[in-house]
Amino acid sequence: MTNWLSSRLSVGAEMRRVVLAGDPFDPAAELARFGDGQQAAGGIVSFLGQVRQEESDPVEALELRHFEPLTLPGMEQLVIEAERRWPLLATLVVHRVGVMLPGDPIVLVACAARHRRDAFEAADYLMDHLKSSAWFWKREKTASGWRWIEPRSQDHADRERW
Amino acid sequence: MALTLLFLGPLEDAAGTGEMVLEVAGALSLGAIAERLPPELAVAISGPKVRTALNGAIVAPGEIAAGDGDELAFLPPVSGG
Repeated sequence: MTNWLSSRLSVGAEMRRVVLAGDPFDPAAELARFGDGQQAAGGIVSFLGQVRQEESDPVEALELRHFEPLTLPGMEQLVIEAERRWPLLATLVVHRVGVMLPGDPIVLVACAARHRRDAFEAADYLMDHLKSSAWFWKREKTASGWRWIEPRSQDHADRERW
Repeated sequence: MALTLLFLGPLEDAAGTGEMVLEVAGALSLGAIAERLPPELAVAISGPKVRTALNGAIVAPGEIAAGDGDELAFLPPVSGG
């Protein structure tokens, strides 16, 4: 695959950046770039998901697979739906695929809006749907090898909130 | 005359490979494709939660007619994020 797949749209005050990243990314640099030019925003809400790193956690690595024809287009449709539901000035989604180690960023979502409530809700909506309906499959590596992760019912319950 | 099958996520383990090529004489239904596969794999891809994509676009399993040059992907429930 291409290591980075992305789409970008700039129309007036609206900005949308959706990225499928095959390599590690720098959340701080992404957010700094995202915030540039967002003077009209009263608030920017961001969420960073990362691979858990705990003494007791047996997970040595995590891998996310995707299906190229559907995964990025599906993420774009999700962002378009969020833009339809909330008055957003700018939206950012960066999602890793490939093998990640504990501490590595997995997903970064950021929403800029004139008012904070819209930014909070849109970011929450995007995360719930990325977890439950985006085209990703996850497996974990422990001392006993790789194991595919089953869909979690909590993720579906989270999506049903919307 | 080759049909490419793709097995995503945990279906890759059921298939023992992520990609399989079938020699086909013409377009096949999902049932006809399943008959060409090992029984356990045929069951795995026929589960009610498995979605199917023909040449990158989601299609209903009952509407599949896949033949030479086509790529048919089997997509189990997602577990991402």
